[in-house]
Amino acid sequence: MRSKLFTTASAGALLAVTVASTAQAEDLTLCWAAWDPANALIELSKDFEAASGHNMSFEFVPWPNFADRMLNELNSGGQLCDLMIGDSQWIGGGAENGHYVKLNDFFDANNITMDDFIPATVTGYAEWPKNTPNYYALPAFGDVVGWTYRKDWFERPELQAEFKEKYGRDLGVPASLEELKDIAEFFQGRDIDGTTVYGAAIYTERGSEGITMGVTNALYNYGFLYENPEKPYDLEGFVNSDGAVAGLEYYKALYDVGTPPGSSNWYMGENIDAYRSGQVAMQMNFAFIWPGVEADENVGGGKSGYFPNPAGPAGQFAQLGGQGISVVSYSEKQDAALEYIQWFAQPEIQAKWWELGGYSALKAVVEDPDFATSQPYAQTFLDSMAIVKDFWAEPAYADLLLSMQERVHNYVVAGDGTAKEALDGLVRDWTEIFEDEGKL
Amino acid sequence: MTNPAIEGAAKKTPDGLARRIRGLSDRTIAWIFVAPTIFLLLAVNIFPLIWTIRLSFTDFRVNRPNNEVEWVGLRNYQRILSDPDIWATMQATAHFLIWTIILQVLIGFTLAFLINKKFKGNDLWTTIIVFPMMLSPAVVGNFWTFLYQPQIGLFNYAIAFFTGADPASFSMIGDVNLAPWAIVIADTWMWTPFVMLICLAGLRSIPDSIYEAAECDRASKWRQFWTITIPMALPFLMLAVLFRGIENFKMFDLVVQLTGGGPGNTTTLTSIDLKREAFERWRTGYSSAYAVILFVTVFGLASIYVKALNKVKER
Repeated sequence: MRSKLFTTASAGALLAVTVASTAQAEDLTLCWAAWDPANALIELSKDFEAASGHNMSFEFVPWPNFADRMLNELNSGGQLCDLMIGDSQWIGGGAENGHYVKLNDFFDANNITMDDFIPATVTGYAEWPKNTPNYYALPAFGDVVGWTYRKDWFERPELQAEFKEKYGRDLGVPASLEELKDIAEFFQGRDIDGTTVYGAAIYTERGSEGITMGVTNALYNYGFLYENPEKPYDLEGFVNSDGAVAGLEYYKALYDVGTPPGSSNWYMGENIDAYRSGQVAMQMNFAFIWPGVEADENVGGGKSGYFPNPAGPAGQFAQLGGQGISVVSYSEKQDAALEYIQWFAQPEIQAKWWELGGYSALKAVVEDPDFATSQPYAQTFLDSMAIVKDFWAEPAYADLLLSMQERVHNYVVAGDGTAKEALDGLVRDWTEIFEDEGKL
Repeated sequence: MTNPAIEGAAKKTPDGLARRIRGLSDRTIAWIFVAPTIFLLLAVNIFPLIWTIRLSFTDFRVNRPNNEVEWVGLRNYQRILSDPDIWATMQATAHFLIWTIILQVLIGFTLAFLINKKFKGNDLWTTIIVFPMMLSPAVVGNFWTFLYQPQIGLFNYAIAFFTGADPASFSMIGDVNLAPWAIVIADTWMWTPFVMLICLAGLRSIPDSIYEAAECDRASKWRQFWTITIPMALPFLMLAVLFRGIENFKMFDLVVQLTGGGPGNTTTLTSIDLKREAFERWRTGYSSAYAVILFVTVFGLASIYVKALNKVKER
């Protein structure tokens, strides 16, 4: 598969050179978060530089400051970024506030169709308003919350026997969130090879988006809905439904019985560290970390397994992550930036993107017969992408997110009040925000 | 007598310029010199302040440049002053402020008192004690998160050593009761040396002759301490309290790095809350009102305090 891809990649590059030969060489800056996939994109973009003659610069900001830094840049009409791989929730603000260039005409002119991409990523990363054919980004990096577990620990006969005796079933990939909690509790405080280990590392971070990206994986599966499906922005009874309350109580119970002491403000980085250092049996995290887990000398090379977020009483869903790539409307190099998107959308480039560790959202890549077996986590990625749901992508998403962060963190971590009170408070906060926005 | 250097320089002044300057009054020339500074002050300090006050009466949001800005009168102020969450952050700030000042003054003064004695290795100890305040607050916040780690943190192991408790049984930054103390301890560790240095300056400014006179009068060390050392070092102590009070009222970096304002809102200080409102929620008008309230509070308290400080100095 690889040699075929490289042949076609070379052909694509040649085509791009022809297209670019008439254009002026530009210095393009691409803005994104500072994480492993960004390094892969630097590698990938070397092909674009060679093909187009443009120079690529990169502005990568660590996740905790990514939104602050980049939204400041966009809000001030800054020209630092020509291309922005912005978070999925920014799409509403990006479109309505005129930060992103609308790409419909460009897509039509260059035969790029959104039908070629995984539908959830098109809705999540590219469309505004949602479910309308108005595109402000090209799906760039598919991502979803899933679970990593210590397969080598799960397979130990003595642990399997003890687990079976205690819970009456085999120790394996959990079929439900309740089973996952049992497993976390089983490992909590256990001595493995002379080290005390804990159940699971879950998202609890307060400052940016951490705990929301974690708790939604429980809320969705217990019946939480963002709004009345029949009446937009009608929140009462959906955000704070009985199911949603049960989901929030579940997440708190998981935090209380199955997470490492002191994990009160953990997000992606802390979870990775806890898992790689052998502190936890499982970790919740976005799929982008899986290539790094596989390559890790402590937990990689077959010691780890992957599974999608398990089902709850109301179904099986997982929190969508990932981003689309947009052209910043304040850029003076929009033509060259569009050229980059045109190049990036090519199937052979997308295939190489996957090989380098980037999660392509192109159907031609993920539906390739060899894809599911190409990496140990590939099938889990496909299964997870099929069950995604995303947070609000309204222009007021930051307000909505901060309210949820505060309400949920205060209940789950600080033990403030009850789950019902937390979600009732969230309904009040969100209602006020939508009233301020003129949506109610 | 004329100064040849000045005369030489004056001769170098071009005739046209010299003629123009010669026609200006001293007051005008003085204004010409201070005008750039005043202009910078107006542009960097005064204009933003006035603009912030103006924005505080509007519903302006910087991330909605296309929205019409409405004049909302005192609504932002009413919302802030009646918001229990903001009062909770005020309480968290007051807890942090009061306890850091008490601990830093007590420990700082004690250290200064000890360092002021002549002993071998005095300079070395001074350098070692001063070391924490040379570090960046973000760095201090970061490494205290490791010190407070229940599994590997030295702090937990030290507590476990003295109490026999399991180090993993408590989490300084994850527990709602302990986290407010965790930030107090880290800040005290970092800034006590600063208070110590100010107190040391105060102690060294007391003339030896006063102590010698007290010795002649057979005053005890205890009596000397309360009637000479404390009153004469008091202005310096009060200055230290003023500096630390102002600094800790706007504390941000160390606490954000250490706890992120959590767990819950237990360590969300006003500056952290203000930053969230202004640059995460993007409620520019609202956060401007918030900033104005904080400014008035700090300015008012500091003014009262400075008056008290001046009275003490006059005694």
